[in-house]
This record gives sequence, structure tokens and C-alpha cells, in this order.
Amino acid sequence: MPTIAELGARYRSGEATPTEVVESYLQRIETLDPQVRAYVTLTRESALAQAEAAGKRLKAGRPLSLLDGVPLAIKDVICTNGVRTTCASKILENFVPPYDATVMARLGAAGAVMLGKTNMDEFAMGSSTENSAFFPTRNPWDLARVPGGSSGGSAAAVAADLAAGALGSDTGGSIRQPAAFCGTVGVKPTYGRVSRYGLVAFASSLDQIGPLARTIRDAALLLQVIAGHDPLDSTSTDVPVPDYPAALGQGIQGLRVGIPSEYVIEGMDPEVGKAVSAAIEALKGLGAKTEKVSLPTTDYALAAYYLIAPAEASSNLARYDGVKYGHRAAGGKDLIQMYGRTRAEGFGPEVKRRIMLGTYALSAGYYDAYYGKAQRVRTLVRRDFQQAFERVDVLACPTTPSVAFKLGEKEDPLQMYFCDIFTIPVNLAGLPGVSLPCGFTQSGLPIGLQLIGKPFDESTLLSAAYAYEQATPWHTRAPALT
Amino acid sequence: MRMTTDYESVIGLEVHAQLLTRSKMFCGCPTAFGRAPNSQTCPICQGMPGVLPVINRRAIEFAIRTALALHCTVNAGCRFARKHYFYPDMPKNYQISQYEEPLAVNGWLEIEAHGTTRRIGIERLHLEEDVGKLVHEGTLETARASLVDFNRSGVPLMEIVSKPDLRSPEEAAAYLKTLRAILMYLGVCDGNMEEGSLRCDTNISLRPRGSTDYGVKVEIKNLNSFRNVQLATAYEGERQSAAIMSGQIIVQETRLWEADKGKTLSMRSKEYAHDYRYFPEPDLVPLKVEQRWVDQLRTTLPELPVARQQRFVTQYGLPAYDAELLTQSRALADYYEAAAREYPKPKIVSNWVLSELLRELPGDDEAALARCPIPPRNLARLLALIDGGTISGKIAKDVFEKMYSSGEDAETIVKREGLVQVADTGALASVVDQILAANAHAVEDWKKGKKQSLGFLVGQVMKATQGKANPAIVNQLLLEKLPKQS
Amino acid sequence: MPDPNVEHLARLARLDLSEAEKERMRAQLDAILTYIDKLRQLDTEGVEPTSHAIPMVNVMREDEARPCLPAGAMLANAPEREGDFFRVPKIIEE
Ligand SMILES: [Mg+2]
Ligand SMILES: [Zn+2]
Repeated sequence: MPTIAELGARYRSGEATPTEVVESYLQRIETLDPQVRAYVTLTRESALAQAEAAGKRLKAGRPLSLLDGVPLAIKDVICTNGVRTTCASKILENFVPPYDATVMARLGAAGAVMLGKTNMDEFAMGSSTENSAFFPTRNPWDLARVPGGSSGGSAAAVAADLAAGALGSDTGGSIRQPAAFCGTVGVKPTYGRVSRYGLVAFASSLDQIGPLARTIRDAALLLQVIAGHDPLDSTSTDVPVPDYPAALGQGIQGLRVGIPSEYVIEGMDPEVGKAVSAAIEALKGLGAKTEKVSLPTTDYALAAYYLIAPAEASSNLARYDGVKYGHRAAGGKDLIQMYGRTRAEGFGPEVKRRIMLGTYALSAGYYDAYYGKAQRVRTLVRRDFQQAFERVDVLACPTTPSVAFKLGEKEDPLQMYFCDIFTIPVNLAGLPGVSLPCGFTQSGLPIGLQLIGKPFDESTLLSAAYAYEQATPWHTRAPALT
Repeated sequence: MRMTTDYESVIGLEVHAQLLTRSKMFCGCPTAFGRAPNSQTCPICQGMPGVLPVINRRAIEFAIRTALALHCTVNAGCRFARKHYFYPDMPKNYQISQYEEPLAVNGWLEIEAHGTTRRIGIERLHLEEDVGKLVHEGTLETARASLVDFNRSGVPLMEIVSKPDLRSPEEAAAYLKTLRAILMYLGVCDGNMEEGSLRCDTNISLRPRGSTDYGVKVEIKNLNSFRNVQLATAYEGERQSAAIMSGQIIVQETRLWEADKGKTLSMRSKEYAHDYRYFPEPDLVPLKVEQRWVDQLRTTLPELPVARQQRFVTQYGLPAYDAELLTQSRALADYYEAAAREYPKPKIVSNWVLSELLRELPGDDEAALARCPIPPRNLARLLALIDGGTISGKIAKDVFEKMYSSGEDAETIVKREGLVQVADTGALASVVDQILAANAHAVEDWKKGKKQSLGFLVGQVMKATQGKANPAIVNQLLLEKLPKQS
Repeated sequence: MPDPNVEHLARLARLDLSEAEKERMRAQLDAILTYIDKLRQLDTEGVEPTSHAIPMVNVMREDEARPCLPAGAMLANAPEREGDFFRVPKIIEE
């Protein structure tokens, strides 16, 4: 299975056409997706039409970009003009946006082909994709296990090669954690690097769109297209976007890698610990210098996150009320009944839980003790990272404390929240992070290495990840699906 | 009344002004009024999933200019917050407003009421987005369903909250009038209260005269004219004092002014609606208002109503009354000054503007004057025709009306309709003779000492000449020809 | 010990919860808030709150009107409409 970079080369040499490739992907989806269930909506017709247009451009020697004709999967939290965007929620089951998210407009201008919209935890709330209102997605490495979440559909699609690459969104680890569980690359860019316009909001101050791909180079190619300032997003920055693919392959001689001591916790899967230690040794072997660093607030980050994210979510999800779009409960005899029933029927248990928690955190008399306090803790988390980055260029740690678990295994919400303990601080501090495969358990489940970078320094992050990836065989393995 | 001497009203006003920006507060939709339902919206102002707001710079500038005109402190930093409550006219079920960090605080304006000038404090001034419009099938109480139009949703609103410094319904009305004039002078709001461009809620409580404590306050909504502000606060003051006198406790509540019934009615209590769960709007970044920006905006402030009124008295020698009326709106004052420049007899111009022009114009605001068919220069030239003796003052009023309905200038109308004044003594003398012969009884009365006869006879001559005779000459001729009074 | 009023919160959030859901919610919120309570151990006296990790100020757009979407497109997702209006059931204040 070719990577995005290889596909591009084959297109340009005439070895393959986008139509052939898209057709074979659609064929593969038809065969394998009934097992994996990565997709919520397939856009067969428009994918073929886009492929044909891309083919003509390539034939004429005028491709729009390195992504022209490349088939991608899009997390169903990103608005697509004329294509149903559900957030895997009953409340948006039939919502068809009359506009494109900025990232979709950019992918469109680059000639990328959308195969369909992928499954997720409802409104991106969850770490297993079991919270989808429609069906759970399976981990291609073991169909009894979860793909992680919330971008589980996108990660599974990439891992099972049901798309050449994908977009996900990451609020507390929702790109990196499923990437780790599915053995793919996942990049959470710096907050403000990629426009959030058209990304259905979960927690506005944490959300960020990013790529999932099989290799670091593919992720860099995708990030290149979606990154950059957008006047429609006040929180998107105008920091110049460097040439990410060009930054790869520079080597990591002398790179200072920090190892946060707080990221070794009780209850962590020993196989994960071993694989990550080995990865750090491998980085050293490639010329990096490692050093222990301390991020003392780490232990509080998860608690702060579970105030900030639900608070913002309770606000962002207030608009789903049965008035303008989406589900409306039948039979409400007045407005209050209609509101209460619509939202009771439309939202699943995890979403309700977070709405309740967030409403509490913001309510009169509790703001200072909860939301206000969490925002102060956030300052301390940021400071920890700032101090660490005075001494090192990137941080290395596990993406998750464990590997993919079985469906239904984590029933207790708190237990599920702990899955994101290593990824959440990165969102609180707005930093870029990448997860890439760094080994497999005895039973054949992928393990993820997380690298964390300085704000807007995705280049260093990606080039470190690339050096490691090229020196190790993990990215060449694929799950056996038939 | 005994009770009103024992208690005094403590009144504060909360004014919402729609800003005259081209586009909405957070999206590019136009702010046009009166369009087909839901035709002035986009995903952003309809609160669709995934959309984001972006601040309109001009709205911020309008608010800073207003803050300066109201002597407020413009805060160096300010930020927007979300205010939550569920209502179908509010697409996101939160309003982007300002809360802990408003744009400006602590200002004042001066009002004239009860023959004195008083300084009324401004608590705060902030920006927010307007909501959509609800149309009920019947009234809100009887409707089985309501309809929502989001055209107005997202229009920039400036909220100006006074301190509870007002002490009477007259002062409340005067405050609103003064504030409206300032907003219109600044060009930030069209001041149209009927269309809802300017809206007012009032807080009123009573306290024993001489006390400095505050009583339980009641909020009155839906006051869409100066008159209603005055009537509603007066009614509510009476209602509260009667309640206190009869030993009842005033409850904090929101009441609705029903103008046709002339009373306030309690809106059903909203005990659960008060937890607005404010928090900083994460989709917007804070504003850092630099002093340089404020200073630059200060240079764009126009002369404000009070200053202009004073100047009209000193520069044109107008009575204070004229100056006040003429400066009520910037457009009217501009009109006056333009006409007075062309015809430098300021009091005469004032008389014509205040009586003739305002009788015809549908209002004194910018829109009304923009449509005025008589430009200031044409009014000045009409007045010059009277001075030159071409037409009489009486004919001039007819000419004015014709100018207003046709848009033509005075000379054209006077020429076409042959209205030029007859000042030819010879021609007039024969008319005078005829009138004297035909009105022997009036001549008799005159002889007996009835002075009014002269006026009657002048009138008859004017009538006979269809108003074209020069009245001064007619007067003179009659006095020459009438017999001596006994 | 935090003790959220589930009834009140559900009403504020416009969520009709069944008695069983309320019971479950009470227990789960309790567990989560007990965990969150650890934040109290952390001294944040004098620490400024962070609402955005990447500090920015003064992002504004020029006041230019842009074309709207046609009413038809804006109403296409409406659960119920009447003409070019969204229709909602009888409004009652609470
Ligand atoms: Mg307000
Ligand atoms: Zn709009």
C-alpha cells in the first residue's frame, strides 16, 4: 500500500491515475469496512468526480499540489458543504452544512479527494469511539479492541488502509491517542496553527485539527496544506508556515530531548514503558542528547482539563436545541418541553455528563472554585513546559499509559479519562505533539511514542519523529485484514 | 400626596443602541432593516455548528467614541464573555457580551430637568450582539407557536448603563433624550426608537427621602419612547409607594410596560434564568485598547449637543429655547447653520426652521433631513426674496409649502405663478379707492375710532390683489386716503 | 465535599433526565468532582488565569458587508418552518 508521497509520485509518472486509486479504495472499503466500521458516511460519487478532475489535471501536467488526487478520510466533526456532518450524534444525524470548514476549502484547493466522513466519539468526547451514537469502530489490529478516540474512525481508516490519510481533531489527545492505538502517525499542531473555522466545537480553547497518516512525511504533506492563518478564526495565528516536508531528513545530531520524569506512572503497561525507553535509546543512537526534565503540575492537568473542557463544551453545545437544525423531539407541547426532550433524546450519556459537569463548573458561586481555578492551574502547566523548553528542543514520552483495550472494558468514565493523562497537558499548553509507532506488544498491539514541541515548532518535532521512524521498522507493519 | 413626599424614586436606565455599522458585530452580514425573514443571515449569525466570530473594528471604534463623549474611562484591556440562557431568538443560546471587563466605565452626562442642570453618572458601556426577532401567532400569551427571524441576530449593540442617579420620571426622560442626541451626533446610532434601534429598560426603587440606601428594585422592559419612559416610571413609582403604604413588600422582578393600558405588569418570574454562567469567550482574543488609538478617536469627536447649543446662543444671539430645539439633532443643527450662513439674520432663520420646516418634516433626524426637499440654500434665498420686497411674508409661506412639495426653488415658483409683490403706488391706489368705496361701513367705523378697521381694509386690498400687494405700501396709502378719526 | 444539585443543573442545561439517569449522574459527578478536588492542594494564589495557551490580542476585521446565504439555504436544516421563518412551539417563561 503506497503512502501519500508514493501515490503522488505514481500519479506524476503516469503509473497510476486517481480514478484507479480511488476506485480501489472504494473497493477495499466495501470489503473491509463492515469489519472496521471506520466510516459514518461514504461520498462515493463525489470522490469519483474529484478523482476524475484530478486525473485530468495530472495528465495535463498541472496538478494543484502534492495532494492532488489523494483520497482522504475526514472526521465527521469537520463541516463539509452539502455533505452530512453528524459529530456521531443523534442530534446532528441529518445536519447538512451549507459551508465548508476552512481545512476542507484548503484540501479542495489542493485537489485532495474526500472518500467519506469517519466515526468518532460523539462530539469528540471520549477515548474509544464507543461513544458514537451510531456504532463503535474496531481496531484493525484486533477487532475486539477499540481504535481509541475520539478520532477512532480516522485512525482506523488509515491503519486499515481505507484511506491514504485522514484528518482528525484533538482536544485532549483525540488524534494522538487513537494514532497510538492504531499504529499510525497523528499530529496535533500548535493551537492556532490550523483554522478551527468549521470544526464543530467541543472545547474551543483546546481544539485543534490535525492529520493522521501512515508516515511522518505524509503527515507533513497534509499539515502543509491545512496550516496557516485564517481570517475567519480569531485564534488562528499569522506565524509563517515553514516547508514541513523540506524540514525532514535533516537528522537530529545534537537535538536535546527532554524526558519528563512525571510521565512514568503507576499502573502503566510495562510493555509501553519498555518500548518508549527503547525509543529514547534509539534517539540517542541517532545523535540526540537526552536529559531528565520535570513537569511538576502534570498530576493536576487532568483535573483542570475535566473542568475547562466540559465548561466550554456545555456552552458550545447549548445551540443544539431543535430550533434551527438537527433533531427535534416530537410532541413537546411548549418550548421548555421541546428543549428538554430534544436534548435528552439527541445527546448520549457521555455528552450529557460533560454538559452537566461544565454547567456546574460555570454556575454561580462555583466559577472561582472550579473554572477559575482550572485556568490558573493551566498557567502553571504552561510554565512547566516553558521552563523545560529553555533546556530542551523536544520532549519524549509515551502517548498513552496502555495499549488498545477491549470494547466495553472501561465502563467507569474516570477510568476512560485516564487514557489521556499524557496527552492532555499538551492541549492545555497549546503545544504541538506527535504520536508515532514505537513498537508492538507481544500480542501484536501497537505502542505510541509521543514527541512534544515548542509552540509553532512543528518542523523540529516532525524532523525528530522522521529520523526515528526511518531508523525503525514499525511504520512498515500493517494489520492483517481480509 | 403624602406618600410621594415621604419617598423618593431611585431610577437607573439601561439603554441598548444598535450601531450604524455596515456589517454585523461578528460576521459580514449587512445590518439592513426590514428585509425578508432570514435573508440577512449566514452560518455565523445563525449559530451553526463550527462557526466562529470575528470582531468588527468599527463597532469597537464607535463604542470608544461614545465612551469618550460620555466622559468614561476607556479600559486599557477588555474582553468578551458568553452569557447563557435558552431562548429561541438567540441562535447559540448564549450571547457574546462583555461582563467583568467592559470597554468603558465611570462616565457622566448632564441633563436639564425641573429647570436645573444635573450630572448623571454612567456605570458602564459595553458591546454585545443583538438577538433575532420573534413573531408570535397572536400574543406571546395566546400563541400556540412562534416564528423566528434571525436577520437582526448579531447586529452590534452598545449597552449603556446609568448609575441610579435619576430621581424623577422627568429626569429619566431627559436622560434618554440627551443620550439619544449624543449618539446621533456621534453618528453611531440612528436613534429610531420605534424601529428599536434604541431601546431602554428602567430600574426603579423607592427609598425614604434623605436615605442613602437602595430599596428593592424593579426592572421595567419594553419602553420604546421618551413618553413611555416617563409614564412607566411615574406609574411604577406610584404603584410601589402605594404598595409600601399598604404594608406590602416590593419583590425584585421584571415588569412589562403595557402602553395601551398605561400600566406595568409582572412578567412571570424567571428564577432559573438568572444563572448566566458567564465565562471569557474562548473564540475571541482580548482587546488591548492602546492610548494612541483612543487619542486618535478623540480627534474625530464632533461638537456635542450641549456645546453646540451654547455656541448657538453666543454666536447667533438666539434665545436658549431656540438653540436647544435646533441642536436636538445634528442634522437639524447642520441645516440651520448652513441656512444661517447664506442668510445672516439668525433669528429669522430659526423661526422658519422651527415653525415652517419642522411642521413639514416627518422628524428631525438624519434620515428626515436627508430627504428634505428644501436645501438650506433654497430656504435662505426664499428669505432673501422677502427682504428684497419681491414677495410678502405671507406669500413666502405659500411659496415654502410649494417648494416643499415640488422641490423647486423659490424664484422658479414666484416667477411661474406671478407672485411678485405689487409695489407700484399708482396701481395700488386705484385698488385702494375701490375698496374704500365698497366698504363704507368700515370707513364709518374708522371715523368713530375703531382702529381694527384699518387691518380689515388692508386685508381686503390684499385679497383683491391675491396677496401680491406690498402690505407696507397698502397701509401707507390707506392712512393717506382715510378720513381723520374723530 | 462538592454536592451538585443535579435537578438544578439539568434544568439550566435543558436536559430532561429520568430519575434513573439523575441517580447515575449524581454518583458519577460525585466521583469526578472528588477526583477534581485534588486541585485544591495546588496553591494558585497570585497566578493569572490562562484562557488561551497562545496569547494574542486585537484580532479584528474591517467593517465590510459580505453577501449572505439565501434564506432557503439557511432554512434547509430547519426541523419546522413556516414560510421563511423557523417555527417553535409555544414559548413559556420559567
Ligand atoms: Mg445587554
Ligand atoms: Zn451573518
